[in-house]
Amino acid sequence: MNIFVLVKRTFDTEEKIVIANGKIQDDGAEYIINPYDEYAIEEAIQLRDANSGKVTVVTIGGEDAEKQLRTALAMGADEAVLINTEDDLDELDQYSTAVILAEYLKDKEVDLILAGNVAIDGGTGQVGPRVADLLGINYVTTITDLEIDGTNVKIVRDIEGDSEVIETSLPLLVTAQQGLNEPRYPSLPGIMKAKKKPLAELELDDLDIDEDDVEVKVETVDVYLPPQKAAGRVLEGELADQVKELVNLLHSEAKVV
Amino acid sequence: MANKVLVLGEVRDGVLRNVSFEAIAAAKQIADGAEVVGVLLGDSVTSLASELIAYGADRVVTVEHPHLKSYTSDGFSQAFLAVYEEEKPEAIVFGHTSLGKDLSPKIASKLQSGLISDVTEIEGSGEGALFIRPIYSGKAFEKVKIKDGIVFVTIRPNNIAPLEKDASRTGEVATLAVDIQNLRTIIKEVVRKASTGVDLSEAKVVVAGGRGVKSAEGFEPLQQLADVLGGAVGASRGACDADYCDYSLQIGQTGKVVTPDLYIACGISGAIQHLAGMSNSKVIVAINKDPEANIFKVADYGIVGDLFEVVPMLVEEFKALKVNS
Repeated sequence: MNIFVLVKRTFDTEEKIVIANGKIQDDGAEYIINPYDEYAIEEAIQLRDANSGKVTVVTIGGEDAEKQLRTALAMGADEAVLINTEDDLDELDQYSTAVILAEYLKDKEVDLILAGNVAIDGGTGQVGPRVADLLGINYVTTITDLEIDGTNVKIVRDIEGDSEVIETSLPLLVTAQQGLNEPRYPSLPGIMKAKKKPLAELELDDLDIDEDDVEVKVETVDVYLPPQKAAGRVLEGELADQVKELVNLLHSEAKVV
Repeated sequence: MANKVLVLGEVRDGVLRNVSFEAIAAAKQIADGAEVVGVLLGDSVTSLASELIAYGADRVVTVEHPHLKSYTSDGFSQAFLAVYEEEKPEAIVFGHTSLGKDLSPKIASKLQSGLISDVTEIEGSGEGALFIRPIYSGKAFEKVKIKDGIVFVTIRPNNIAPLEKDASRTGEVATLAVDIQNLRTIIKEVVRKASTGVDLSEAKVVVAGGRGVKSAEGFEPLQQLADVLGGAVGASRGACDADYCDYSLQIGQTGKVVTPDLYIACGISGAIQHLAGMSNSKVIVAINKDPEANIFKVADYGIVGDLFEVVPMLVEEFKALKVNS
């Protein structure tokens, strides 16, 4: 099976956001593979091990994203591709990201593409379905179970807490929801092997993409932090009285019940 | 100013979801006086058109087809794009729901347009409208606009107030015949797991449990409290990882981001990843045995105590309040 995984380098979930000059500051920030993409990588590795084939992880970004690709290779992916847009593009949106990925994937005879259902930074969840549409293949989002038998695919997907059981077929793009699997940590031998695995670097020229074709559709005007909340009130006294007071405050002061 | 705005009305279990009324309000603001057209897709949805009109839609276009009984991206995109071709709107609004998240990128791709997902606030109106959306799961916000082309947004449930319902409003309801074919996805079954009818992302009240809940049974008093308040139960990652509840209940940077009127955190320490998923709730109550717990820093009201003592007392007090009011 020819499997591709779309991954994104994101801030570690522990990171606090600092803004200066209308931009999010990344000096010294720790980066990780977007957590939902880890489920996608894990699922891809398990599918390859069960069906044979190859897992290629793909990301768009700068040189720094090589680290996350090496981590994916250490988990067990076979090859990695970095589409480096650092020199060509100042900004990317979901439209341009999807166009670039689809250009790369269009002649790869893909059986299955996996991605996270959302990235924890931008949080749009658009890129997976957009890529599938550009490639003309079907997609299923927020999956929690995946079974493949030949080209037949059985999927369970999460729809707001309920589960939908779906049948479809390859080629297909799926996006991973939490609960799909338990992503492995890279092993020490895995990390050693990853250093020798192929990691290709491409630029827009290599994909025959003109900068004008990937001009962003959405423009960011401002970035800011949510208003700081004033310190709350910790109630005191007998527990029963606190409970009465709380209900009273929620009813009369906060007016939410 | 947009010539016309299309709003997708979302139907679940035969009723329109609240977020659709919120989407009409958002569309009105974007339209700035221009026409707002509701769109209903399904196998039997035309009877719901008058409700969209009562909430502010000027008219409604419906597409009915047996293949639209269950949502599939293939079926719904064919139907919606047929309406789009007929109407040629300059703006589109969907709810940022499971359906909206799945369908909107496909439509945007077909239209080669930008798409602003998960909008919580709209500033200004007409062409100058700016859209505010959370990034990093609510640790920050961005203000964005569409550079050129169609204005396509999905709005997060519970953030933009719907207009007051006016049952005396009237408008045209038209049906468009569309041939729906080549569905590549077959829905075999939907397994209901959500214990109550209240959806976590749309709930006005969320009662969430963390590791302090200690077991799956420990969620029972929380469910009782949610039931009394007409809310939904959520959880921290700790509670999900410990197998006390299903991952579908998880609130946080991984998991759902919620913004209810009232969030009651029970036995949740308040890790930064959890706070990202709930700190923009309107009012936050924290119940925790540990007075140093981080959750108290974002709480409006806090009770230091054992949730298994406090929560049942709260259930009784809220019941009494209901009887008296």
